[in-house]
Amino acid sequence: MADAAQPDLSPLRAFWSAFRENRGAFGGFVVVALIVLLAVFADFVSPYSPTEQFRDAVRAAPAWAEGGSMRFLLGTDSLGRDMLTRLLHGARISLFIGLAVMGVSFVVGVLLGLACVSFQGMLGSAADVLITRVMDLIMAVPSLVLAILVVAVLGPSLTNTIVAVTIVSLPRYVRLVRASALAELGRDYVTAARVAGVGPLRLMFVTVLPNCLSPLIVQAALGVSDAILEAAALGFLGLGAQPPTAEWGTMLADAREFIRSDPWLVTLPGLAILVTVVAINLMGDGLRDALDPKMRRS
Amino acid sequence: MFRFLLRRLALTVPTFIALMFVTFVAIRMVPGDPVEVRVGERGISAERLAMFRHELGLDQPVWKQFLDYAGQLLRGDFGTSLATNQKVLTEFAALFPATLELAAAGMLFAVLLGLPAGVVAAAKRGSVYDQTLMGLSVTGYSMPIFWWGLLLIMFVAERWGLTPVSGRIDLIRFYFEPVTGFMVIDAWLSGQPGAVKSALHHLVLPAIVLGTIPLAVLARMTRSAMLEVLGEDYVRTARAKGLPAWRVVGVHALRNALIPVVTVIGLQVGALMAGAVLTETIFSWPGVGKWLIESIGRRDYPALQGGVMLISSVVIGVNLLVDLTYGLINPRIRHG
Repeated sequence: MADAAQPDLSPLRAFWSAFRENRGAFGGFVVVALIVLLAVFADFVSPYSPTEQFRDAVRAAPAWAEGGSMRFLLGTDSLGRDMLTRLLHGARISLFIGLAVMGVSFVVGVLLGLACVSFQGMLGSAADVLITRVMDLIMAVPSLVLAILVVAVLGPSLTNTIVAVTIVSLPRYVRLVRASALAELGRDYVTAARVAGVGPLRLMFVTVLPNCLSPLIVQAALGVSDAILEAAALGFLGLGAQPPTAEWGTMLADAREFIRSDPWLVTLPGLAILVTVVAINLMGDGLRDALDPKMRRS
Repeated sequence: MFRFLLRRLALTVPTFIALMFVTFVAIRMVPGDPVEVRVGERGISAERLAMFRHELGLDQPVWKQFLDYAGQLLRGDFGTSLATNQKVLTEFAALFPATLELAAAGMLFAVLLGLPAGVVAAAKRGSVYDQTLMGLSVTGYSMPIFWWGLLLIMFVAERWGLTPVSGRIDLIRFYFEPVTGFMVIDAWLSGQPGAVKSALHHLVLPAIVLGTIPLAVLARMTRSAMLEVLGEDYVRTARAKGLPAWRVVGVHALRNALIPVVTVIGLQVGALMAGAVLTETIFSWPGVGKWLIESIGRRDYPALQGGVMLISSVVIGVNLLVDLTYGLINPRIRHG
């Protein structure tokens, strides 16, 4: 990037200007910000409660359709609950799942990834082999199949969805940290720090880790969207958040039988998932281009 | 090459052992007792209960159960389904061709559209085509395919009536014994007029749904592989020689860009299996994905356990094959 070469630009500003230039990424960022705001203030923005049932208006059409009214802008579901309200609250749940999965896998991934390369001698290589093997195993099982197995074992719930999706996404973080830490460990500055007598913990977390962060941040951004998709798939299979929770995947599963009579019941939750995931992915792509032009998503 | 093969094979052994261990432990932790599920609500005498437990080996110590389990797996015995009393392997083998047919059709769809899309996007880098195609690729990559499937059913099948909603063939009009397990081939072999058409009609929507994410990934991968290759000296030489642009892009560049792309195709197999679970559920496609979900509902431990084992084995096997092929094409990998 040309900006990075200019000495008077701080790294943060250089990053921001590179990010701003990417229209898709910036658009994604705006949409994500909007969804986050709506999710945070769902209680104030939404007209009703997500579990309030209007028995007089079951499966009411959305405002623009025939027979729709302004009372329920996006219509109501099979139990007469307001769709707009449930979609807004669904944003909260999906984003929560995405962020929780990302946060836990980020922290655990960093710890395990650094543990792979930190220790010397027999014990160290044993730890490395063990962790890498377990991660290989997780990668070998198709993600959704593994998540299904975990949920089948623990029982379907919101918390267990997070656990399952975290287990599935962990290997990507561990491998990334391990690979970039290994590359950094061979650099001169690390040797210099060692010679200067920096302790092992400080060496790993203060000297090496910050230099591994760029690819990790990108992975974290894209990890949020993957987690949202995975969790929605579990919800759709009836193995995720349980009713009456307003989770997008679960809402879709409930709406399946009305696909012929009330198409908006199926269309809206899926559209919400798609828009959110596309926005996060665009933002993640922009992050990658801005942070590290050499890196490419496979 | 032989040493590379041996080393790569040896690496899969611990993965398999770990896989056995994980499926075993996981299933032990499931709440709810398979015997109780089988007995139902009316209940039976304590003696019969003990007999059932003994029959299923549930009265043995846990470590012995694991060794038994591992021994059975090594002998190719993946357990007996509690719901149907059939061997899990038999059930899996009967359903797997359906999944394979769907996956093959989905992959074909992805390759036929994804490769050209990637090539065009790379050749016209920065153009409207490139931007549109890559925009579509992000959308495809982000697609909740269970919703995408429902949308296609809603429009293509229900509203426009172009395809059937579910199943593999029109069962009222056609019946024949499975020969290969691939409905399209069996329909062709049966020689019944219209059977192949019916089978293809049923296949088209699920294949599109399953192929969507691989398509998006492939288009993107092809584009970046092509971009890399298009900057190489030999491409410049080919251009300087005065070769037509389509020949430079389509032959000189594409051939070399294909190596990473082929690997990506192979590595999509895991994603395809995961996608098959959702696709089969939506379209009532009688494959292993739908069967796996149903066995959870029935609390059919052995089916779930064996099913996960078998599906993972297929994925591990294919990844191994991809690695070996890659080693064959690219000698540098072998000595890495």
